[in-house]
Amino acid sequence: MSLAIPKHIEKEYALYMDGVSVSFDGFKAINNLSLYIEPGEMRAIIGPNGAGKTTMMDIITGKTKPDSGSVIFNNELDLTQYDEAAVANLGVGRKFQKPSVIESLTVFENLELSLKGGRGVWQALFHKLTAEKKQKIDDILELIALSDRQEDLAANLSHGQKQWLEIGMLISQEPELLLIDEPAAGMTDEETMKTAELFKKLAKKHSLVVVEHDMDFIKALECKVTVLHEGSVLAEGSLESVQNNQKVIEVYLGR
Amino acid sequence: MSTINQAPSNQTGLKLGPLATLLVGDKGGQRLIMALIALAVLMPVGNLFFPTDSIFHVSTYTLTLMGKYLCYALLALAVDLIWGYCGILSLGHGAFFALGGYAMGMYLMRQIGDRGVYGNAELPDFMVFLNWSELPWYWFGFDQFWFSMIMVLAAPGILAFVFGWLAFRSRVTGVYFSIITQALTYALLLAFFRNDMGFGGNNGLTDFKDILGFDLQSDNTRAALFIASVVALIIGYLICRLITTSKLGRVLVSIRDAEMRTRFVGYRVENYKLFVFVISAMLAGIAGALYVPQVGIINPGEFSPINSIEMIIWVAVGGRGTLFGAVIGAIAVNYAKTYFTGAFAELWLFMLGGLFVMTTLYLPKGIVGFVKQIQQGEGKASQVYTFMKNKLTVKGA
Repeated sequence: MSLAIPKHIEKEYALYMDGVSVSFDGFKAINNLSLYIEPGEMRAIIGPNGAGKTTMMDIITGKTKPDSGSVIFNNELDLTQYDEAAVANLGVGRKFQKPSVIESLTVFENLELSLKGGRGVWQALFHKLTAEKKQKIDDILELIALSDRQEDLAANLSHGQKQWLEIGMLISQEPELLLIDEPAAGMTDEETMKTAELFKKLAKKHSLVVVEHDMDFIKALECKVTVLHEGSVLAEGSLESVQNNQKVIEVYLGR
Repeated sequence: MSTINQAPSNQTGLKLGPLATLLVGDKGGQRLIMALIALAVLMPVGNLFFPTDSIFHVSTYTLTLMGKYLCYALLALAVDLIWGYCGILSLGHGAFFALGGYAMGMYLMRQIGDRGVYGNAELPDFMVFLNWSELPWYWFGFDQFWFSMIMVLAAPGILAFVFGWLAFRSRVTGVYFSIITQALTYALLLAFFRNDMGFGGNNGLTDFKDILGFDLQSDNTRAALFIASVVALIIGYLICRLITTSKLGRVLVSIRDAEMRTRFVGYRVENYKLFVFVISAMLAGIAGALYVPQVGIINPGEFSPINSIEMIIWVAVGGRGTLFGAVIGAIAVNYAKTYFTGAFAELWLFMLGGLFVMTTLYLPKGIVGFVKQIQQGEGKASQVYTFMKNKLTVKGA
């Protein structure tokens, strides 16, 4: 497999997307998109519906193959060459817009399932829950405030708790790069602020890309913001600078 | 309420063997296995040691019939493993059952030797009838019991592997998968009907004489086959239990509930599906191999699509995703079938269809789910219960 790694990446990037385009039936969902995420950076992505946010995540996680452009992970791996499971095992975790926890498993089992390692069929068949693994799960349960719900089915959690469980599942995968789609949807204000705090903590060890509509949440994240529009970057910078950007105002308010 | 069997947790602190651990917290499974062991002892004893006029006597007909049900129960277990736990709705599982049956049938054919109508020790009767001069290559080895038993597993296993590999890699799921499995079994039905295939065509394989040197008509052999069916069912149950209570089982559930999500967690969904599909096909093959010597015939009719659909109904009626529910469903529906096809033959298919509709509407978790709900006395359950009772009373009045 030849890896088309551009030689000109001078800096170290957790994620390097350059000139990425993809179209579905002639419609350009992503158009010459470039996005550079540094290690340990948190980035918020905003944009109107149909701006290409979800498609962008599909491309990074191997679900959709781009027509052109490169998607390089950690300056060495071309993610377009891998499928979903492989990308996940390379260290890219994804949280969906709709909370998608496994409803007929317990909270504990959900976390056990996503815990890093042991993805093979035989490994799964002869899997033993070691004390070390159990400790890790207990730590995450505490972090997401679900310790006393661990034996409950995930189906019985509230919407906000499901979001947190999914974030917990994401953390237990120990990814280097986290892609998070609308984490605050359906959360109370208090939960939203707690989530922002959690992400800020995570950003030190991981790189995070957060897609969100909730401006208060983005403000609380205190990070660089990228505005997507019609499949490419419209503006980039601090939340304040972006909000005052004339082009962004036009896109959001309509001409 | 969970339909998932929780991982066994050993709270008593007692040291349990690996087999016993599998059944911790599985009340239904424990009862099922005890009942099966009791059957394995009582039925043959009743058949062999009590005179025909004793009330404890079990007729050979009943014994063989029950043996047949147990084969169906193993088949239902195989279907439940993939459908109940992994969400793979195979409408062609009869094909794997029939292939296992044909492998056994070929062995039994070769055992006939020169006792056939034509007295040809080299060729089965139907080949002599078709003027074939020599045994086709794919019949070689079937005079050996061990080779035939390997083929009982290998024939369905390899077909499931190749078919599953192509389908799961291409991400064929849901209704599309069900339709192509249905097409698969129908294609095999047509193929096995042809005389040129060398499997006895329309008539299939029959007129068996003995198995491992024991006369198939003798009560002792029948009792032994019955016990073998019980043992196979228990082992099959434990294998399914081992799979479903492991982390592998939870990955399967995860695939059933959210396939895409499972991929993004890093599991190679196609490998998991393939593994469980092949195991299921081999269990179905074993069921077929035990079925054939007890009913005395295997013909292409076993490939017919309607058989494969019936299996789904057994599992749905018993309770999808509960394993022992599948066993109960298979035995209950087939008992009803035996009774009703005797009493009002032409109505049976309508009753079967009606049963499926009723189960889907009123008992989505089957008999097992219904009993569980009543035990737990949930509001919903009592509603269903009252509803059903009212319906029945109205009908009865």
